[in-house]
Amino acid sequence: MAAQTRPKRPVRWHIGIFLAPAVLVYTAIMILPLAGTLQLSLFRNVSESQVFVGLGNFRTLFGDPNWSVGFWNALRNNVWFFIIHMLVQNPIGVMLAALLSSPRLRFAAFYRTAIFVPTILSFVIVGFAWKLILSPLWGVAPHLLDFVGLKSLFTPWLGKEQYALIALSLISVWQFVGIPMMLIYAALLSIPEEVIEAAECDGITGLSQFWKIKLPLILPSIGIISILTFVGNFNAFDLIYTAQGALAGPNYSTDILGTFLYRAFFGFQLQVGDPNMGAAIATMMFLIILGGVCVYLFLVQTRLRRYQF
Amino acid sequence: MSTATRSLPRTIGAHAILLTYTAIALFPVILVILNSFKSRAGIFGAPLTPPTPGTFDLIGYTTVIGQGDFIHYFQNSLVVTVASLFFVLLFGAMAAFALSEYRFRGNSMMGLYLALGIMIPIRLGTVAILQLMVASGLVNTLTALILVYTAQGLPLAVFILSEFMKQVSDDLKNAGRIDGLSEYTIFFRLVLPLVRPSMATVAVFTMIPIWNDLWFPLILAPSEETKTVTLGAQLFLGQFVTNWNAILAALSLAIMPVLILYVIFSRQLIRGITSGAVK
Amino acid sequence: MTTKLLTALLLGTSILGSAGVAYAEDVTLNIESWRGDDLAIWKDKLIPAFEAKNPGIKVVFAPSAPTEYDAALGAKLAAGSAGDLITCRPFDKSLELYKKGNLADLSSLPGMENFSPVAKSAWQTDDGKVSFCVPMASVIHGFIYNKDAFDKLGIKVPTTRDEFFAALDKIKADGTYIPMAMGTKDLWEAATMGYQNIGPNYWKGEDGRQALIKGEQKLTDKDWVAPYEELAKWKPYLGDGFEAQTYPDSQNLFTLGRAAIYPAGSWEIGLFNTQAQFKMGAFPPPVEKAGDTCYISDHTDIGMGLNAASKHADAAKTFLSWVASPDFATIYANALPGFFSLNSSPVKMADPLAQEFVSWRGKCKSTIRSTYQILSRGTPNLENETWVESANVINGTDTPEAAAKKLQTGLDSWYHPAK
Repeated sequence: MAAQTRPKRPVRWHIGIFLAPAVLVYTAIMILPLAGTLQLSLFRNVSESQVFVGLGNFRTLFGDPNWSVGFWNALRNNVWFFIIHMLVQNPIGVMLAALLSSPRLRFAAFYRTAIFVPTILSFVIVGFAWKLILSPLWGVAPHLLDFVGLKSLFTPWLGKEQYALIALSLISVWQFVGIPMMLIYAALLSIPEEVIEAAECDGITGLSQFWKIKLPLILPSIGIISILTFVGNFNAFDLIYTAQGALAGPNYSTDILGTFLYRAFFGFQLQVGDPNMGAAIATMMFLIILGGVCVYLFLVQTRLRRYQF
Repeated sequence: MSTATRSLPRTIGAHAILLTYTAIALFPVILVILNSFKSRAGIFGAPLTPPTPGTFDLIGYTTVIGQGDFIHYFQNSLVVTVASLFFVLLFGAMAAFALSEYRFRGNSMMGLYLALGIMIPIRLGTVAILQLMVASGLVNTLTALILVYTAQGLPLAVFILSEFMKQVSDDLKNAGRIDGLSEYTIFFRLVLPLVRPSMATVAVFTMIPIWNDLWFPLILAPSEETKTVTLGAQLFLGQFVTNWNAILAALSLAIMPVLILYVIFSRQLIRGITSGAVK
Repeated sequence: MTTKLLTALLLGTSILGSAGVAYAEDVTLNIESWRGDDLAIWKDKLIPAFEAKNPGIKVVFAPSAPTEYDAALGAKLAAGSAGDLITCRPFDKSLELYKKGNLADLSSLPGMENFSPVAKSAWQTDDGKVSFCVPMASVIHGFIYNKDAFDKLGIKVPTTRDEFFAALDKIKADGTYIPMAMGTKDLWEAATMGYQNIGPNYWKGEDGRQALIKGEQKLTDKDWVAPYEELAKWKPYLGDGFEAQTYPDSQNLFTLGRAAIYPAGSWEIGLFNTQAQFKMGAFPPPVEKAGDTCYISDHTDIGMGLNAASKHADAAKTFLSWVASPDFATIYANALPGFFSLNSSPVKMADPLAQEFVSWRGKCKSTIRSTYQILSRGTPNLENETWVESANVINGTDTPEAAAKKLQTGLDSWYHPAK
């Protein structure tokens, strides 16, 4: 552990000074407005005035099928969205980082730069570009499949209930794979040279070196990317919104918590926004993410620590 | 240097995988940029071929450039991003240092408190934030955006940086203390340089959502003077949704500055990462 | 590193300092709108025409994207940073704003007398006593067709449903053209261009719509399910991969000359005129038997109101009175063919396609979209559900009966009209 057990000093002002700017800005501009919003979940708008209803909105959310069906559907889709990221994005990210970090690899800088490019693009661009590529009108995707003789495989993925969510998850993976790649890459580079040399002296090279020596050392970083993926996925909104619209079609098959919340909170088309129900959904999202982060902080992270030197 | 014994097939394999993935990563971007230089018929007729003399056309770009002051939007985005990034890194590193270095009452509570912000989308606080900005007269200024993005970026920065700061060796800091350095000097002179690689990582993660954000520019600073490039591009897309020449040109124009900025910045980033690794 | 950051910071502050330059003296009015497409028309035609007559008032048209408009406007109104003039969506969305006190009462605005009660009904309280937006335009549904394609294949403009489907079959058999350009990806196309377009002929326009509101008819009744049955029959005539075809895709498909018929709203006219390289015509939704009364959706779509918190209410009212004037109507309707003025004084329009659309007002009975008034006030929202279900019916993932049942069940859960 880093913290020192020092003799008690009277007042350590510097701690306050180190913390103050971050805590002030963060509290004023983020926490207070958000708290203001979340407390709305305990109220309901009755003839233009806010009435305290306790947990009434949550009872509506889970008890009224008009809300609960949508909520569970969004949660289920969101879990899928997360699973696909964990199974596709993070392994690919680790693999790319491992390949990139191998010593004396030529063009490493080029690969690294190129693979990170999608990550720097805005959702507006990503959503739009992929919509164009998958568009049956423009025909880039069928053309490409034709090249490899698989034209019959083409379906309007974004318009089919059974494929749309997977397609969007993969687009999101495409966009964000650079983040695990960079984090793992940094972790791999910071493994001390001596450790690798010692391993090579023992004849452990190549793949087995990665599995036996490097992987255990980068587990904490893998922990971080997992939790970042979790938080990111359960807060996701923009990609679905730009690609499929707020109604997350077809037939709500791509609806995730973010889009569900957006419609409830801000409204959509003729649907008038309901800040109270929106706040109730936001609170649920908050609790889900908080739960995940706590699992990470108290179970995973403490266990990972033991492997550190 | 370790003289790794690398077999040729393995190297070729590595290059094959990396090249394939690079192609996947770049394909959509290249496709958009190539087609932005083609005529409407060229775009629809042969989307996969590069522009030929017959299909080369700059009509998309002339439409876009005639419509909005994209250079000005770009400046706005740059100012907002750089300033927010500066504050996020400075304040975030300071707080992360306090959390990881000192044991004090409420330390872990404070850590959890600062991490709360990762868990709720700040978009939900929109109305209250907007009221705050209206009350302080900051609507339609870049300051409003910088404040919001600083607050938005802090939780993740503190979260990641405190992980890394825990790994900085104690001997170094204690040696500094024995030499009579103040805690501030230890932080700025000893610790900050050591965590540069993670600072670079945090910088990239913070920068991307700020640069690409659509919501707060739309709400807090939609005026012509304060419009950011993402907002400008989005409005443009809404306006020319059927004009693919213009859309592809607008997308390319929105991609290219970030791309250039990133290519310049990525050198710094990698230098930061590698310099941190060499002990 | 530090010097670089410092320069950036200084650069930042200097630009910040100059960002807040305010206009002096003149009153500046900001218009909130979702009609980004109309930016050029406001900038080049409408605003100069107004400013020439009203020195001292400057007007800025500041649109946001249609998808974000309502959310962004709501936030800005709540915080008090919204523009002076608000472009109004019809019916409940604006009514909600009025009830919250965001829109001012415009009942006594000079110029309001230029509008018929029907025109004003989209922006009134339920009792009709208070008007809060100046009606600007309505849009008419129908079908736009490629005249060259029809001539080439020897197809006559269909007036009955049998003729309509015969025409579609003929185009499909020929194979040169996709019979109909419509996609279900964006959902609303299926509902608006599909269901609301052909529906009024089945539910007899206003009769059916009012009966539905009164609770005398149900969405599961024959007249309301039948349009879904027709929509389900459209599927084979749509282009390959129509499930992922977006609205702009459909527009491009038609204007590139690849499709023969486009289920349309009249607002397309302006764009199609500039993009299509062939002659176009239009026909109203076909009726069952020749000689049947035809019904069209002539939907009050867009109005303009006054932000109750505006600091320049007088100037804004001057502007709104101008919006209510025949002058404005003439410029607007001609600059945006397909947005038909609601002004009682007739407007001369030059565009032949727009004239064709508006001529249906003479021979058919007009109604508005069935879901807009009152019925979309609760959760689940009938309009949004209609989007989803219309797409489902065309995609074949729901039968017409199942779709209708879902809609009615949703409506029943909160809407209880007094019998």
